[in-house]
Amino acid sequence: MELLKVKNLKMYYQTLRGYVKAVDDVSFEISKEEALGVAGESGCGKTSMALAITKLLPYNGKIVHGNITFEGEDIVKMSDKDIRKKIRWKKISMIFQGAMNALHPTYSVGHQISEAILTHEDVTKDEALERSEKLVELVGIDAEKVTRYPHELSGGMKQRAVTAMALACNPDLLIADEPTTALDVIVQAQVLKVMKELRERLKLSWMLITHDLSIITETCNKLAVMYAGKIVEYGDLAPVYSEPLHPYTKKLTKAFPSVIGPKTEMSSIPGFPPDLLKPPPGCRFHPRCPNAMEICRKKEPEFLKLDDKGRYVACHLYT
Amino acid sequence: MVENITLEARNLVKHFPLQLGFFKTLISKEIPYVHAVDDVSFKIFPREIFGLVGESGCGKTTTGRLLLRLIEPTAGDVFFKGTNVTAIDLEREMRKLRRRMQVIFQDPYESLNPRMSIFDIIAEPLRIQKVVETEEEVRDKVAEALEELDLTPPEEFMYRFPHELSGGQRQRIAIARAFVLQPEFLVADEPVSMLDVSIRTGVLKLLLSLIHKFHSSFLYITHDIALARHICDRLAVMYLGKIVEKGLTEQVVHNPLHPYTEALISAVPVPDPTARRISVVIKGEVPSAVNPPPGCRFHTRCPYVEEICRKVEPELVEIEKGRSVACHRYKA
Repeated sequence: MELLKVKNLKMYYQTLRGYVKAVDDVSFEISKEEALGVAGESGCGKTSMALAITKLLPYNGKIVHGNITFEGEDIVKMSDKDIRKKIRWKKISMIFQGAMNALHPTYSVGHQISEAILTHEDVTKDEALERSEKLVELVGIDAEKVTRYPHELSGGMKQRAVTAMALACNPDLLIADEPTTALDVIVQAQVLKVMKELRERLKLSWMLITHDLSIITETCNKLAVMYAGKIVEYGDLAPVYSEPLHPYTKKLTKAFPSVIGPKTEMSSIPGFPPDLLKPPPGCRFHPRCPNAMEICRKKEPEFLKLDDKGRYVACHLYT
Repeated sequence: MVENITLEARNLVKHFPLQLGFFKTLISKEIPYVHAVDDVSFKIFPREIFGLVGESGCGKTTTGRLLLRLIEPTAGDVFFKGTNVTAIDLEREMRKLRRRMQVIFQDPYESLNPRMSIFDIIAEPLRIQKVVETEEEVRDKVAEALEELDLTPPEEFMYRFPHELSGGQRQRIAIARAFVLQPEFLVADEPVSMLDVSIRTGVLKLLLSLIHKFHSSFLYITHDIALARHICDRLAVMYLGKIVEKGLTEQVVHNPLHPYTEALISAVPVPDPTARRISVVIKGEVPSAVNPPPGCRFHTRCPYVEEICRKVEPELVEIEKGRSVACHRYKA
């Protein structure tokens, strides 16, 4: 059963030079207990997509088209008040990039977690504090550390505390935007392990946004590859990763060196990601694509469903 | 044989004094030091790519800066082709040496002067080192350097300013600036970690092709052991200011001896959904470099810790030819 369904979502930023088409006609689903990894380079619209789903848009960002259905209700049409009351934290919660630096320096960690609980639920202060103790234990931090201030904790601990905070109101879907980017590999492995265990234990669904495909292959079971505001390939992780169809996915999977197995030739993609103010006509990847044909320059490829297992690709090679 | 070594670091030590508040300086008897680099030795041979790998704060960047004498060591020596870099006159002789030793920094947004044109940025080392006589020669050299990094046509890039270029292009400018003097030794400190994955490999390949072309020796400093594995001949793994393991890349990666190297490698996510491994995740985080743990510096997190590790510091010993490890579990 699907939990979140995004259909033909378009999210643009209005700037003085025109619209930046950050998210352009994107469709995907997340079922219960499913982990979707969204991969893509910086500036491809991954974060904007997450912001659109939680409707935490900046002043110049706008959802211009499409639906975001969560448990049958359309978030796009909901009022801000309803979203704050019903959706955010309780249903969908989010861990932002560099969230560990978003903790308030002059409040204890426990205070900040219970604050989130108090705003959203009708509980007493003591109850909230007790729950925050349980939450930090869940992510592997001693309960007594809730009285500590952020500067007394290490980077990895802060990141785990933020994860605990995101779980404060028992959400069904957790959106994590580059949750481990600022951390060292060993600490990253520790945080990812905690998050993976939590997902299994609490039966969470999650959406993990990262530029690092290898993190997705270690933690997710579905993969969406984004390029220049569009999802170019989407499906179950193993087939998409092992037999990529879209030329961009093919190149991207080869750009990551592996520490085990035989040494493979690493490849790069010529050129640069396009400017989303004026994306190239036709397929947005055509200026960098090795298989570009005449049609790619003119007609935008459709987001095609290839099989019953929910494999999609947007490329003229498969039409 | 001195001639066969491009660069040698011998027992390098760098301690940075800790900045204390005004009152603390009055009370405290001793100034605490950050033990950034502690007794580090290694050799880099001609045309070799040597990787220095470790987590942030392990002292790898400081080591790189010490080798080029961008900072003065607390103790120890650096020999470049037989010359003691740390002992020579900084003004005259070091300036001459800099022509032969160059550096590429991590952040191309910080390392290029925003007020200089690309032409001036690349021409600056040529002018300082006085390797060219006329302005025409400078032009030719700059154009050549740009072409080598696929920034073509060079005329189109020469008169632009750094803010007009993308991150990948900027880093290529930084590489062009380092190679315009055809250095014999090059230090690159995380040269691609700021770049997007799709262009990372391309920049790295250009860098490697230039290293081969000029037969330079290369010190590659990185936190990414997977990437280091693909480009380095030999690797040294650092932890809290010390080298814990050193050897041929494939040996270190496939058969890590030191428990830290083992943990570091198993923590790297593998881009292969079929290969889900049981990883040895060690607990805790890197201790402070102000008061490094006594004995082996890794003992606070080591899964194989014994009594001796808490007291005696293990030395870096060669256990087989070209393979060294600093751990009490291995004897020479």
